Amino acid sequence: MFAYGGKILRVNLTTGKVSTEPLSEKLAKDYIGGIGLGIKLLMDNSKPGTDPFDPDNPIIYLTGPLTGTLGPTGGNSYAVVSKSPATGGVANAEAHGFFGPDLKRAGYDAVIITGKAPKLSYLWIDDDKVEIRNAEHLQHKTVNETDHMIREELDDFYIRVSAIGEAGERLCRFAAIINDEFRAIGRAGMGAIMGSKNLKAVAARGTHDVNVADMDGFREFIKMIYERMKGPATKKYKTLGTPENVLVLNSLYALATRNFTNSQFEGAQKVSGEWLNEHYVKKIVGCATCGMRCDHIAVVPEGPYKGATSRLEFECLWSMGPLCGIDRLDAIIEAMRITNEYGMDGISTGVVVAFAMDCYEHGTITKEQTDGIDLSFGNAEALIAIIHKIGKREGWLGNALAEGSARAAEIIGGDAPKYACHIKGLELPGYDLRTLKTAALGFSVSFRGACHLRNGAYSPDVKGKVNRFKIEKGRGKMIVPDGHIYNVIDSLIVCKFSRGTYYDGLKDLANYYTLATGIPMTAEELDKDGERIENLARLFNIREGKGTREYDTLPWKIKNAPVPEDGPAKGAVVSDEEFQVGLDDYYEARGWTMEGVPTVEKLNELGLGEYASIVKGGKA
Amino acid sequence: MVRAQDRKFVSSDPEKCIGCCVCEYACSMTNENTFNPTKSRIRALRLGPLNNLAVTCRHCEDPACVAACPREALTQEEDTGIITVDEEACDGCAWCISACPFGAMMMHPEKKVAFTCNSCKDQEDGPQCVKWCPEEALTFVTAQQLAQKSRISAVRNLFQEAKEKKAESK
Repeated sequence: MFAYGGKILRVNLTTGKVSTEPLSEKLAKDYIGGIGLGIKLLMDNSKPGTDPFDPDNPIIYLTGPLTGTLGPTGGNSYAVVSKSPATGGVANAEAHGFFGPDLKRAGYDAVIITGKAPKLSYLWIDDDKVEIRNAEHLQHKTVNETDHMIREELDDFYIRVSAIGEAGERLCRFAAIINDEFRAIGRAGMGAIMGSKNLKAVAARGTHDVNVADMDGFREFIKMIYERMKGPATKKYKTLGTPENVLVLNSLYALATRNFTNSQFEGAQKVSGEWLNEHYVKKIVGCATCGMRCDHIAVVPEGPYKGATSRLEFECLWSMGPLCGIDRLDAIIEAMRITNEYGMDGISTGVVVAFAMDCYEHGTITKEQTDGIDLSFGNAEALIAIIHKIGKREGWLGNALAEGSARAAEIIGGDAPKYACHIKGLELPGYDLRTLKTAALGFSVSFRGACHLRNGAYSPDVKGKVNRFKIEKGRGKMIVPDGHIYNVIDSLIVCKFSRGTYYDGLKDLANYYTLATGIPMTAEELDKDGERIENLARLFNIREGKGTREYDTLPWKIKNAPVPEDGPAKGAVVSDEEFQVGLDDYYEARGWTMEGVPTVEKLNELGLGEYASIVKGGKA
Repeated sequence: MVRAQDRKFVSSDPEKCIGCCVCEYACSMTNENTFNPTKSRIRALRLGPLNNLAVTCRHCEDPACVAACPREALTQEEDTGIITVDEEACDGCAWCISACPFGAMMMHPEKKVAFTCNSCKDQEDGPQCVKWCPEEALTFVTAQQLAQKSRISAVRNLFQEAKEKKAESK
């Protein structure tokens, strides 16, 4: 097999047993790699109802067919799939940087990790040699310290490490896994799965060749993509970066502020991409084998957080900035830095803090319960103080918030569930769903919970292709094709920032796949793969009791707290009526029942007939 | 006959290099027909997000690697300055690697002999790492050209600073 490693590695941390098996060409073609292959392996290697923190819940590292090649962004990636401790459904995340290629060169398309190590350990994958090593000396070390210490003790600077911080060890339900300082397997809490397995890190060194089927054709193809990356399709990422969104969304009344109370932020200018780049960005760097540059490395030049350095993207800037009512970039940079050090998802961290601030403002949390922290909106010092508490699970509130907003709301009680902005247990990303209603629908049906990266449904809203203040019939159907493309993107594991460089969409990606692997692939087949992956993920969620219509919901505030700003958005909420219209339309377009369950015919059409027992009778 | 000062080598600009390793993959693709940075003749180093540099052979004058070789397996080409390794004579003792102060001499992971940058001399358009570098951080230059470049930018900065100071004092 070309481009693929051709091997699946199994590691049982309880017994220490390690084994490998070949990857079949059928699995490769039907599930591509990355999250597609990951969701398939999760389904087939877990028992229904397994608690996410049970040793039997597998955590699966994956590479993609392009990983390890010079293919821009596809060359530098990996993914992780498990059952999420936040949602109880599929957890998937992808990260770029430098780690993935080493795992691939070591020879692996997937690493299925089960069991629980008797003491804190890390997995050392050195080509064919796989070892579970003691990590007790790494307890509570930051992600970066862990990275450095492992490379030092294994005595090779070029070893790549994917690790958790203190938050993962303490089972924070939005803990991340981080590689190469600030590249994160961010969402859905997989850092906590690592923690539950006493697995501090995976270190990899791969020295084998990665060969493609048609080197000449592949070279020409990627040269073309590298050229396109110099052009307009990626300009945003290379110039202001994603923080450009701040002023764009603000002008659209879509910059959710103070925990989805307001839809515009009076301090937007001071946390804008323009301001960030002018005053804080020192250098724009990037990942291995990429022709774009998106890592805006921000350094605080003066004041209490002088020297704080972090990469900063829109989502986390938003969640720790406008959503908390904070207009101080120096504090946001410091907050991002420590969030990475504890190893937490920056989106969820900010949204959880904003939730706590909303509770505090409404008197649902008292100052005694915050250990004296004034959690008012806009208090930058409080943001940083509470992140430290969450990372360490310190105090009653820090401990509660580390459970994520859904569970924390139950612990806090009273009106708190009203202020918790999550879908299926995963915190909302940075789009005000009251004024971007295609996004509202798209986020609600995403299989990993609130997510802007499962179907890109904010795009027709932001680009003005639809009436974004209303969900109409046809809106569900509209978001289906992009859902497939996004699944393909995450299975090939190319970066979503590169999506504009594939001018011919799936046709380009199918060509890319075939040049690398030698396996014939058409755009239609790739689309089918995307649909298969979507349905399989849905099936997994149904099997776990989390996949039917009643779980495709929106947060209370999106449905009940009208936008207060004068202007076109005034009074906007998502009404139940329009939302149900959207769901009906989406299920119909997918060939699912009105319960949101794939039909047996649909499963047979996609080659998923073996899972029909999960949907028999149309209900879970 | 090329004069020694006209020898070109691949140089990386620390201001521009971001440590992305595209050069490593381009090198192994060109010289080894595979993707494998451990077979690359240029290696990128990221000490931190702001500190990046790619390093390869600088075709030194009176090269330490050649002097260190106990088997006379290494020679320097007169015209280009390229260090060639006689793979029959080399026994992988790594004295040349100890001698190179830049880590530009390396051990080939499969052949177990020393290897280093050959300036892609078989390629019509020169070193392929330079062609592929997305940041234009790599250049194929002589020492003279490098010195000129540094001189020009240093002087330009001095004038710029002087101008700014003058403007501030006004």
